[in-house]
Amino acid sequence: MSLSVRLRHPFPGLMLDVAFTAPGGVTALFGRSGAGKTSVIQAVAGLLRPREGRIALDERVFLDTKAGRALPPHRRRMGYVFQEGRLFPHLSVRRNLRYGAWFAGGAAAETFDAVVALLGLEALLDRAPGDLSGGERQRVAIGRALLARPRMLLMDEPLAALDAARKAEILPYLERLRDEAKIPILYVSHAIEEVARLASTIVVLEAGRVAQAGPAAALLADPAAVPLLGVRDAGAVVTAIVRAHAPDGLSELALGSERLVLPGVSAMPGTPLRLRIPAQDVILATARPEGLSALNVLPATILGLQSGTGPGVMVQLQLGDTQILARVTRRSADALQLAPGRSCYAILKSVAIAPVDIGGIVPPR
Amino acid sequence: MGSLGPEEWQAVLLSLQVAAVATLASLPLGVIVALILARGRFVGRPLLDGLVHLPLVLPPVVTGYLLLSVFSPRAPIGQFLDDSLGLVLAFRWTGAALAAAIMGFPLMVRAIRLGIEAVDPKLEAAAATLGANRAWVFATVTLPLILPGILAGAVLAFAKALGEFGATITFVSNIPGETQTLPSAIYAFLQVPGGEPAALRLVAVSIALAMAALAISELLARRMRRRR
Repeated sequence: MSLSVRLRHPFPGLMLDVAFTAPGGVTALFGRSGAGKTSVIQAVAGLLRPREGRIALDERVFLDTKAGRALPPHRRRMGYVFQEGRLFPHLSVRRNLRYGAWFAGGAAAETFDAVVALLGLEALLDRAPGDLSGGERQRVAIGRALLARPRMLLMDEPLAALDAARKAEILPYLERLRDEAKIPILYVSHAIEEVARLASTIVVLEAGRVAQAGPAAALLADPAAVPLLGVRDAGAVVTAIVRAHAPDGLSELALGSERLVLPGVSAMPGTPLRLRIPAQDVILATARPEGLSALNVLPATILGLQSGTGPGVMVQLQLGDTQILARVTRRSADALQLAPGRSCYAILKSVAIAPVDIGGIVPPR
Repeated sequence: MGSLGPEEWQAVLLSLQVAAVATLASLPLGVIVALILARGRFVGRPLLDGLVHLPLVLPPVVTGYLLLSVFSPRAPIGQFLDDSLGLVLAFRWTGAALAAAIMGFPLMVRAIRLGIEAVDPKLEAAAATLGANRAWVFATVTLPLILPGILAGAVLAFAKALGEFGATITFVSNIPGETQTLPSAIYAFLQVPGGEPAALRLVAVSIALAMAALAISELLARRMRRRR
């Protein structure tokens, strides 16, 4: 399953001109507000008719302005999860959920039950949308889109209207969606933590153009992409496997052949986790330090350094078979004579990795 | 005062019949015109808007006279209707219903249009992404959401039809049992000596009907507000 998008459309003050391919899994459209993310997703759904372009899901052509072809939204079957939910106020949650299924030829009872269970909606079925909290409303909206048996899910900042606690509540559901429902997702967001947790592919939009695109792990660990993602938000995503839970509340994970100690995670031993390691929380040392409170001291090799306009330098490190980023000052980099090929130690406080940066099951490659 | 006599009952029942037929028959057209005015983007829209509102600002006698000159059996359209459908409007209760419908139409369209404009088009877009074509979007999302507006418009038009006098008496005259509605009957009773008690009884009935219509419309408006 692969979605190819190429479109041009003039807006007041912005020329949208993008081309990218979403290969399945979760493709994140990342960028600042006003970069054109929502317009792209609307064009894919058929709610916006671009001046020119071509949009196709595999062989199915949704839009081809040259051929004068534009499939109306109801025949594209793209499940759209809107930022504000957009539940029908005159229908109960149950009937909202069943709305799209009816047009898709009726979903089997087991599918309905499965989606209700996947999103934890059992207790909400007979309530009115007006009585739901923001997080509940968003879960119902996701369920409604899923039950329409979409070819693909389009999610437009589904968590943007929610506070941190609600986000933490919904993110695991989205991870289950990605890993269990196996529906390709186009995910619009300007929050790097969401993108790092969910995306397998990232397309970075800037002022109506694709600034960078590629597999998530590679792009997040690429120092050259840092200015686009925001220096403070930079951080590579690595995969670690839970090994054991210590009685003092910490958990031990295997990161390649190295050991990583984190504050207790709830996952069972053997579970792979997706971790975002914020670049600014990584300290570098040229010798193994002694008498240090930080629990994670990981041997690494410097792959490259990238300095921008500020006083900081982004250092890309090879750590076993994965890569991470570390942000240090240029002064430190000079003093330690950091250079590509040099071995060093990456030091990470256990508490530096926030719960929001720890994601569930790893997506299938 | 006492209870209503047979002639008074006749006027009350005829009024209810005329108002009900006028309201129900004009409702589908009212919804369509309200939709066009609320959603349509075309050059003639202000013209249509003006035409719909014309009966509201025109003297009712003028409206009645225009109806008479179009639908009288001697006018081409009236003659055609008589020949092809056997439908005579002038000086018949059906004509009273037509006059009442036209006078109530602006109020009906206004109320429905407000209801349509309050519907978030984003909900309709959401329905489309879920697989509903335009007809289904209208039937399952738009129509249920504007239903309170439609009901409010119908109540207003019904109340207006009950009270319509000027256009009715000009177009269909004041024939007891055929075209003598409540207001025409009150007018007729006031013209004869000793008719005042009967007129007063009909006034009381009119007030009761008007209050009931207002109460229903207020109830519907409140329900509509609670939806949002």
